[in-house]
Amino acid sequence: MSFVSAGADLRGPLAASGPAEPSLATVGDYIALMKPRVMSLVVFTALVGLAVAPGSLHPVTAFTALLCIAVGAGASGALNMWYDADVDAVMTRTARRPVPMGRIRPGEALAFGLTLGSFAVVVLGLLVNWVASTLLAFTIFFYVVIYTIWLKRSTPQNIVIGGAAGAFPPMIGWAAVTGSVSLEPVLLFLIIFFWTPPHFWALALYRTEDYARAGIPMLPVVSGDASTRRHILLYTLILVPLGVAPWAFGYTGFLYGITAVLTGAIMLTLGWQVLHESRPAERASRNLFAFSILYLFLLFAVLLVERGWGGLITRLTA
Amino acid sequence: MGEQPDDDGIVLTEAQKRARRSRSIAIAFALAALVILFYVMTLVKGPAVLIRPI
Repeated sequence: MSFVSAGADLRGPLAASGPAEPSLATVGDYIALMKPRVMSLVVFTALVGLAVAPGSLHPVTAFTALLCIAVGAGASGALNMWYDADVDAVMTRTARRPVPMGRIRPGEALAFGLTLGSFAVVVLGLLVNWVASTLLAFTIFFYVVIYTIWLKRSTPQNIVIGGAAGAFPPMIGWAAVTGSVSLEPVLLFLIIFFWTPPHFWALALYRTEDYARAGIPMLPVVSGDASTRRHILLYTLILVPLGVAPWAFGYTGFLYGITAVLTGAIMLTLGWQVLHESRPAERASRNLFAFSILYLFLLFAVLLVERGWGGLITRLTA
Repeated sequence: MGEQPDDDGIVLTEAQKRARRSRSIAIAFALAALVILFYVMTLVKGPAVLIRPI
């Protein structure tokens, strides 16, 4: 039985529909549907892209852009939960989401996601610019159609390619200001793109049974523990120089450079530990997963402090 | 002669009523925020709000 057919079999019970019962869903359930933690990361990286872009944007326009990006991210989350309701019900990590718990019906999640996504794209285009709006629309399409519907259940490279969806927000923020993209936002895109595989594969290493039970062909399920650890180190080796690249290209200052070098060294150390872990897989992979979040946050936070809105450090030291 | 239907239709429980009310209030706030946003953005962009490069 292939992974795709296994996933389809799981869909059966959730696809059955009877007479519609009035909903018990609360506002909190719909907020949970939008994956607020993912939204916050998206907003933060978009904020950095917006802040470091050359040019200026009225604060209200900037707020509008970030609001639309946040709502677009929420729409993507809702649509993901609509489609993945069957596998979410099987996995421990996701079984308490609103749709598998029965608080929101799949059709309601679909309608909610489509409505939010449409509004976010149109409002961003009307009130900011259509380049940013087009990028947001493509991001939502990529995450829902390319990643969730196609790649996630069909290839162990799902998170590599699908991770591009999470890498677009800084470009969208940049485009909101400039109406275009250039090398610098592409660098930010590449940092997140190559950060995504080691981050999620570290998670998958200690959630292998969960993904296997749901029929998701994550790398540890398909290729095994050892191969996944090698891939984690390989992508970390690519990620760390990319993290330093903004400093090497002269886009950032010394503070970012030092941060990128130090945190990159820690990432490589943790990746090495994952590869040569003699203890149970959980500890090293959990450490890498946790630190990878801090790594990305620090890079973007320091970039924001150093370069945001003309450079806070430059202004404070002038 | 027409017959009265036997059932009274869907009758919501108190919990369902509370949930629906909370959702309705949230939708109302969201729509109001959208109206305010469009109004403020029109003021920000000024008279030539529709005349701008893509």
